[in-house]
Amino acid sequence: MIDFELPTVVQRQVQLLTMLGEQVMRPVARYYDEHEGERPWDYINMIWQTVRSQGGQTLSSADPQKTDADGKPRPRIGNLLLMHTVEALSWGDAGLYLSTPGAALGGAAVEATGTPEQKERFLKRFSEGEPKWAAMAMTEPHAGSDTAAIRTTAQLSEDGTEWILNGEKIFVTGGLMAAQESPGFVVVWASIDPTAGRAGMKPFVVESGTPGMTVAKLEHKHGIRASDTASLVFQDCRIPYDNLLGSPEVAPKGFKGAMKTFDATRPAVAAGALGVARATLEFTAAYLKERGVQVRYGVPVHRQTAVERDLIQMEAQHRAAWLLVLKAASKMDAGEENTLEASMCKVKAGAVANFVAQKAVELLGPEGYSCKLLVEKWMRDARINDIYEGTGQINRLVVARRLLGYSSAELR
Amino acid sequence: MIAFTPSDEQQLIIETVRRYATERLRPAAHDADEQRETPADIISRGWDLGLLPSSIPEEYGGFGETHSALTGALAAEELGYGDLPMSLYLLTPNLFAIPVLHCGTEEQKQQWLPRVTDASFVPLSAALIEPRWDSDPYALHTTATPNDGGYVLRGTKAFVPLADQAEALLVYAREGDTTQAFIVERGTPGVQVVEREQHMGLRALPTYTISFDDVQVSGAARLGGSAGANIDLLLNYGRVALSALAVGVARGAFEYARDYAKQREAFGRPIAQFQAIAFMLAEMAIEIEASRAMVWEAAWMLDQGRDATKAAALAKQYTDEAALFVADRAVQVLGGHGYIREHPVERWLREARGFAATLGLAMI
Repeated sequence: MIDFELPTVVQRQVQLLTMLGEQVMRPVARYYDEHEGERPWDYINMIWQTVRSQGGQTLSSADPQKTDADGKPRPRIGNLLLMHTVEALSWGDAGLYLSTPGAALGGAAVEATGTPEQKERFLKRFSEGEPKWAAMAMTEPHAGSDTAAIRTTAQLSEDGTEWILNGEKIFVTGGLMAAQESPGFVVVWASIDPTAGRAGMKPFVVESGTPGMTVAKLEHKHGIRASDTASLVFQDCRIPYDNLLGSPEVAPKGFKGAMKTFDATRPAVAAGALGVARATLEFTAAYLKERGVQVRYGVPVHRQTAVERDLIQMEAQHRAAWLLVLKAASKMDAGEENTLEASMCKVKAGAVANFVAQKAVELLGPEGYSCKLLVEKWMRDARINDIYEGTGQINRLVVARRLLGYSSAELR
Repeated sequence: MIAFTPSDEQQLIIETVRRYATERLRPAAHDADEQRETPADIISRGWDLGLLPSSIPEEYGGFGETHSALTGALAAEELGYGDLPMSLYLLTPNLFAIPVLHCGTEEQKQQWLPRVTDASFVPLSAALIEPRWDSDPYALHTTATPNDGGYVLRGTKAFVPLADQAEALLVYAREGDTTQAFIVERGTPGVQVVEREQHMGLRALPTYTISFDDVQVSGAARLGGSAGANIDLLLNYGRVALSALAVGVARGAFEYARDYAKQREAFGRPIAQFQAIAFMLAEMAIEIEASRAMVWEAAWMLDQGRDATKAAALAKQYTDEAALFVADRAVQVLGGHGYIREHPVERWLREARGFAATLGLAMI
């Protein structure tokens, strides 16, 4: 069936989060943009109540199949709900959304690659107690898009009970909160055999406060400043053997596990991008409308003003990108493979968020450029979306390989 | 519930039309373009698919299904994939029948709908667009003036497909400050076919400029009688159908470029293995996927009976741009070969340009 009716539960969630965005996030958005080192505890403590009660999964969906009273399976909507949640929070403020406590990217990696026992052990904490975070550490100073080139190593201890991590990770979103400021954890990608390339890459859970893991640096960024971006250094950092995600019996899911994580997280990151885009678009259209600029749909081009044309194009681009996100999510909910759709929507949303936000600054002229409004901030916040969770170029590669049936060796 | 999977029944329609597009339209497209003519057997085979009759209720002789913009869009994408001008030829009677179905009086439905359930193709057409750069369906220069219980039509229309053979035309004209449609039957005095037009693309579709010189029609000729026609609704159906055709054209161009790039070698390997080409192909595929979703959503809204003007306008805006982008990139992937008429990509670029330039306002 082809259907565009949003389930009531999703609609209600969006309404609720819109209220939260308006009343809690927007009023402090500028403050945390200007005070990069301060963590937004007011927002964190408030949103934690909701996150905790919903199981703590902020970037992936466990969503067990439920059945109706008559035993018929109900369609899964976990990912659909997740996309709308991320989009709506990001509409409130992208930086604050990224500092939301919960399982986040680290949790998504556990969800995608962990055993049932590991999921229970590592994810249970997000539905109880105080706020906590789980980060994912992949990028290294010399290895960004080329993830297979990472140099962080994991060696088995002599007695075989521990892994010893050595190396440096950068650009860890929420790394400070996950590694130091809360009883969370970091999923660290490291190689157990540097000669094996991708085959040697494995995900390890490093608990917050583990000796040997230190937060070396916090980045100063173009945007999304309410969220910390950390460098983590691992020096003979010892973790239990079974913190290697996946079960040794069925061969731990290495590089493929990372890729599987991306299938889930890329649509969510795309959704976040489009939250910023929608915030910008709605504000700009409303601002201009108050000042006499009307948008008429379906009138011939020669009767449209240039501003009207821009706004319609922004809106069409935004809608198209959003529908791609919904498609990637609905495939995931249906249990179908969605690697192609995940990368497609990430490419599109990353580009659209930038196009919309940069255009909005242009349309509003001096007012758009001024810090009086949030538009200039939204443009800076939007910029990351074509970069993190796979740059636009890496995702184009993923799409192209799928379309052309090429391996990563054939299309480099 | 959000879902992107056509029903089994829709899937069957897609496959049936795709077979026709692949086996009939594609092989004939090059020559049809060169000779500016659609072969009669292409149309009769296409008519056998029963696409229009299946939208007409049983009481008017159809197959009893309700008219679905969404199912229509699925079929239209396949037709566009096959060949645009020949598909438009095949769909020309829709320009007359769909407005009658949605806006016609009971008498108009009973008179005209059974006609399009005939076993053989029935040339019925419509005249909306005008031969001027600022042609505008909301501000037409063709006028309908009440007179003697009927109307007098005056003006000139362009892009009227099959005007030379049409049994009747639906003529859009300005009446007061509204746009209304009038049924003008063949042989009505004052209707003159001025010329067969020549265009950059759509060459296999015969379109004509026609003039209306004090053409007298009866009061019963006004679509919808005294209630008139819902022009926005009709334009929305048109926008969705055209957008779907555009997706099909784009898909054709993409697939051709993709296959070419995998087989053409340069510097010792297939050019598809270079990022410069692979990224173009990835972007083309993404635009097609996004276009299709936009079309489906607008079509779904129409089928739900909601106000689809915004969704349809956005879908049209998006697909116009995307189809042109994809066709243009397809030419680029083929390089010099793309410019040669032996390959279809230059033709698809000519066809794709039409969506935003003219057809955008012309067809329903």
